[in-house]
Amino acid sequence: MSGKPKLIYFNGRGRMEPIRWLLAAAGVEFEETFLDTREQYLKLIKDGSLMFHQLPLVEIDGMKMVQTRAILSYIAGKYNLYGKDLKERAFIDMYVEGITDLTNMIMMFPFSPPEAKEKNLALIMERATHRYFPVFEKALKQHGQDFLVGNKLSWADVQLIEAILAVEEKFPAVLSGFPQLQAFKTRMSNMPVIKKFLQPSSPRKPPPDDHYVATVLKVLTE
Amino acid sequence: MAGKPKLHYTKGRGKMESIRWLLAAAGVEFEEDFIETKEDLEKLRNDGSLLFQQVPMVEMDGMKMVQTRAILSYIAAKHNLYGKDLKERAWIDMYVEGTTDLMGMIMLLPFQTAEVKEKNLALIIQRAKTRYFPVYEKALKDHGHDYLVGNKLSWADIQLLEAILMAEEWQADILSAFPLLQAFKGRISNIPTIKKFLQPGSQRKPLADEKFIARVRAIFNF
Repeated sequence: MSGKPKLIYFNGRGRMEPIRWLLAAAGVEFEETFLDTREQYLKLIKDGSLMFHQLPLVEIDGMKMVQTRAILSYIAGKYNLYGKDLKERAFIDMYVEGITDLTNMIMMFPFSPPEAKEKNLALIMERATHRYFPVFEKALKQHGQDFLVGNKLSWADVQLIEAILAVEEKFPAVLSGFPQLQAFKTRMSNMPVIKKFLQPSSPRKPPPDDHYVATVLKVLTE
Repeated sequence: MAGKPKLHYTKGRGKMESIRWLLAAAGVEFEEDFIETKEDLEKLRNDGSLLFQQVPMVEMDGMKMVQTRAILSYIAAKHNLYGKDLKERAWIDMYVEGTTDLMGMIMLLPFQTAEVKEKNLALIIQRAKTRYFPVYEKALKDHGHDYLVGNKLSWADIQLLEAILMAEEWQADILSAFPLLQAFKGRISNIPTIKKFLQPGSQRKPLADEKFIARVRAIFNF
């Protein structure tokens, strides 16, 4: 008996945001339950809902799925966002893993100690402009197609547009040396499902603030 | 044009060891090119061989694959170790993410100072016994099969055996409360390809010693 997927997480981006993006890009409506007390979290563990006692949790197709990558792979596979064969999947996986390393730096940033924040921010910019964005700029330039892999929208494209927007929130001019990525950003933002997700009142969550950080720490810390 | 896969990494476990395990279990012979100095790593970077300037890198099927999970997923799918459908793949992915997290913690121990190591070892043992091993013990108990998913050997089984042996290196009786995992360990260790990999003279790498740790620090600058 399938209904809409149900996302269980904090009311913020964190590790659930790429999942919200991918479901939205696949045109899949979903419901959300937000955690803000430790009791709710402990209850989920006690219920046996959290396989490794961790969030995110997504109830989908009769499964209580955990582990962000497992959830994303499943959604990508189910909604034809994972390439047409093993080799395309390999490239999508490589690109996604690279982008994830970058977005994880951004996700962890609000939780870094105050004395490390400046250094971490500089590292995000350095990695984005020297390690990650050049790879995707080059890929798009080489094949001249609209999408990263196989001339078709895939998980890799969705994750890249998410990453670009997240870095731009911290460094608005970050794409200045990347014309292909600028065009990619425009194209992706104009796709109907993504355009809808970028509008206010969509399930997209705002950047983390102090309240979000405090909530996460309160819920997860003994 | 298929040759043997060629692995580029240091002559130690690190993030490449799970790849060695999976190839070995699949009965795939592979070659290794060891990074022994900082210059070796720079050469790979300057060649353009490393998509994100990082290792592991595996040359196979005309690709220079990077990102451990991407490489493992490709090998698993290519050699029929990834389940028969999307749902089985979802369970394999969830299980693999769990053992990856556990092994990720254990992998860092040799690099830590005595004080940090002691604290982390206690946490690892606690997590292994209360967060990770119970999941796999229960899975085996619930379906009564020899393997974790789909009654057939998969990537999840191979990685679980690797994690068990790794944990046992730090606490020999860590499986004392898990009878089904003890039986699982015996069964999987006896699979011919895996039995061969567990013998001296195979490409399995030993636990890092101090000399090796110093070399790795020099190569990667940390």
